[in-house]
Amino acid sequence: MRNSCVSSSLQPRLVVDGAELKINEKGMSYWEHELPWHYEEDGFQVTRGSAWSAPGCHLGCGVLIYSKDGRVVRVEGDPENPYNQGRLCPRCVAVDDIINHENRLQYPMKRAVEDRGLNKWERISWDEALDTVEQRFNEYKERHGAESVVFLQGTGRDIAAYISRLAWSFGSPNYAFSLSNVACFGPRIFASMMTTGVFMIGDYSQQFIDRYDNPEWQCPAITVVWGNNHIVANSDGAYGHWVTDVMQRGSKLMVIDPRLTWLAAHADCWLQVRPGSDGSLALAMGNVMIEEGIYDKEFVEKWVHGFEEYSALCAEWTPERAEEVTWVPADEIREAARLLAANSPALLQWGVALDQREDCVFSSRAVLALFAITGNLEKPGSNVVGPELLKYITGWGRELLSFDAEEKRIGTDELLIYKLGLQVASINKMIDHMIEQPEDYPIKASWIQTVNQIACGGVDNERTIEAFKNLEFNVFVDLFMTPSAMAFGDLILPVTTYPERNGIRVGDGTQRGETINAAVPPLGECRSDMEINLELCRRFNPEAWPWETVEEMFSHILSETGLDFEGVRETAPSYLPFEYNKHEKGLMRPDGQPGFLTPTGKVELKSLGLEFMGFDPLPTYNEPPMTPYSQPELAKDYPLVLQTGARQHNTFHSENRMSGRLRPIHPEPTVMIHPDTAAELGVRDGEWVWVEGPVGTTGRVARAKRVAEVTTAIDPRCASSDHGWWHPEGDPENLFDVNEININNLIPWTTGLTGVGANYKCILCKIYPCKDGE
Amino acid sequence: MKALLVNYRWCTGCHSCELACQVKNDLPAGQYGIKLNQVGPWEYAPKKWQYSYFPVLTDQCNLCADRLAAGKLPSCVQHCQANCIQLMDASEAATIAAANPKMLMMTI
Ligand code: SF4
Ligand code: SF4
Ligand code: SF4
Repeated sequence: MRNSCVSSSLQPRLVVDGAELKINEKGMSYWEHELPWHYEEDGFQVTRGSAWSAPGCHLGCGVLIYSKDGRVVRVEGDPENPYNQGRLCPRCVAVDDIINHENRLQYPMKRAVEDRGLNKWERISWDEALDTVEQRFNEYKERHGAESVVFLQGTGRDIAAYISRLAWSFGSPNYAFSLSNVACFGPRIFASMMTTGVFMIGDYSQQFIDRYDNPEWQCPAITVVWGNNHIVANSDGAYGHWVTDVMQRGSKLMVIDPRLTWLAAHADCWLQVRPGSDGSLALAMGNVMIEEGIYDKEFVEKWVHGFEEYSALCAEWTPERAEEVTWVPADEIREAARLLAANSPALLQWGVALDQREDCVFSSRAVLALFAITGNLEKPGSNVVGPELLKYITGWGRELLSFDAEEKRIGTDELLIYKLGLQVASINKMIDHMIEQPEDYPIKASWIQTVNQIACGGVDNERTIEAFKNLEFNVFVDLFMTPSAMAFGDLILPVTTYPERNGIRVGDGTQRGETINAAVPPLGECRSDMEINLELCRRFNPEAWPWETVEEMFSHILSETGLDFEGVRETAPSYLPFEYNKHEKGLMRPDGQPGFLTPTGKVELKSLGLEFMGFDPLPTYNEPPMTPYSQPELAKDYPLVLQTGARQHNTFHSENRMSGRLRPIHPEPTVMIHPDTAAELGVRDGEWVWVEGPVGTTGRVARAKRVAEVTTAIDPRCASSDHGWWHPEGDPENLFDVNEININNLIPWTTGLTGVGANYKCILCKIYPCKDGE
Repeated sequence: MKALLVNYRWCTGCHSCELACQVKNDLPAGQYGIKLNQVGPWEYAPKKWQYSYFPVLTDQCNLCADRLAAGKLPSCVQHCQANCIQLMDASEAATIAAANPKMLMMTI
């Protein structure tokens, strides 16, 4: 199953080779393990399970946790797990550094409101902590309505469902994702739903328990990595190194990225696109395919709606015109279009870069259109609908929220996408609201779980800090003291890491039946996020939370699958049945008819849904608002196009920086600039610089410190920075240096074209060396 | 004699081998049994890039004798995300290296 590219005769040993494949009554398949999920080996306790945060990413790789005397000694990849096949990225390899870290929070703490910003925390009991939250949230609810308490999360991992249910069962519609304009994953899902009615993922065989050996699977002829560096990021449920797996099996590679990533350097075709201009590039590639007649006419004829209008739009985007906008030479655009058209099946590996601009809905649709007109939907090795065990993206417990409360959800009156397409409140509008505090709708308190918003995700710290300082009561739930909790927390609750707790793994991408299994007891008085939310919710709304233990709760969630927590744990990982070409077989629509899940039953290049909402129904290109073309005057002072959010192997967003093992891999925040630009600016490689830029059109200017990485991997007109930075070793009362090193300070809290998608990856800046002492 | 054979065409520079070894052998942070090196990126011809990573063994590699005895792969090999390193008899490694491009062979 797992190959070595060193020599095919030397296969790494996999215990599952030769093991018996079983199928349960739900049609889910699993390997019969030789050993139970918990066993002893050479004096160690070994616990098999899924690594699903915190710390960690969206993937939930299979792990073997080695522990001794109640302490995690190391974590290894589980060779029996088809998902990662024994491999791990460095973050889980060194996760013991985080679990056993001396600075982890160990008990609840409170701080007086007047001491916000000061390191004057006082230890309290869990009873006092939870009593305080219960009493104060209820007081605000009585006086100002449940909507005066807001519930915030960071990037959605297994905890998200329990936060949404907490908010909604408390009665507040104001459950929000802390990233500006939900600019991650959600916009691409929305764009896909408006195009095909479903969300499709690249087919690396991940839906099959026997993976690359499955006879139905076909290796992609080409993998197109668009706005993603997933070998580093491990994004959206796709294990990044599946791309090297398929390349080793013969897939070609195309990369669309402003940076020369390792993947770009090893691609058959790399298009160095100007940040934010991807929509134009995609339309120009469509132009070439249509001009040259090299698209899949049969598929288009049968399954595409709006091809004529789309063709007319593409006709405007000649490669020559797109060259001016995208900075990609016209000939390269032509060659790329031909390469994609000539290689089928083609797998699309798109990334967050497409969500991180205002026109994301349209540019993502322009990218998806290329895969529609080449017929690369739903066939082996292309892009498929992953089987789903449980609905995950849409939150849990929506039925608990009354119609009246729903009417008050922040953002729904101004932003139609929030009203019709999303269940979260708009964080951007919420920040405005917290600052303005309208008399008839004040915001008083917040529940902040899994997010450190002034180091990561959130933008424009000046405004964010002002907003949260306006609230009377902010509760944090986290592993460590963070800059955000230091700045405006009043109470902080300590949580467990994944090896210290149980949970179920129902993630993005292809879902599989897996559990997170406690290997060691919690540190100090830590409790799991789920235990905390269950306990608190039982106080707020006991009918909505009838479970005594979290395991009972997990079994309830799983009940629609006919399994319970123990059952899933015994057979994990178990795989759901899967079919290709659902649209042909009448398996995609509830009415059982062939077709896609759209009003026309076809792939809607002209979207009826978007038209209904009053948006442009075509994948039109919109120039982002802060570029040398849209802001020529500002660009005189701020000439460089800055993209933020470059991922590093050793960190997941704002996590992991306290690890002594991981930190040396990338010890400080960096900004990539071209040698010519660096020479012009008098900046040397390795030198500290300021990256400074306008905070949108607020009239304010902000800056962040970075180490210059002088490299030809970037265009001379651009700069690229990483994100999520704070110094856990820094002074807590200086907010761990966050205000000096958070690059998101250059990004405004505006709502953009539609209210989804924010310009994290296409803004303007200038760069200059730090002075001595800065 | 044993050798570590790396197909460096595929090494993505992910650092998993470094840390898998460090944790398994309980080496202090900053010390490694296998250490990653980067060469590039630079453009040597239009659209041709030199950009490679090379994991290199140090004196602290003990060849994971305990893991091999237990029927497991060396920790660096098991965790290598690109499946591009293998531990084997040096003579076999030499044969493979002689027949394939982009191989880096290290004996201890
Ligand atoms: S990708 Fe890395 S951090 Fe995420 S679960 Fe796998 S090993 Fe852990
Ligand atoms: S073989 Fe073992 S000791 Fe040697 S580098 Fe690999 S992990 Fe470290
Ligand atoms: S684990 Fe493999 S791919 Fe990653 S750096 Fe080491 S040798 Fe390279």
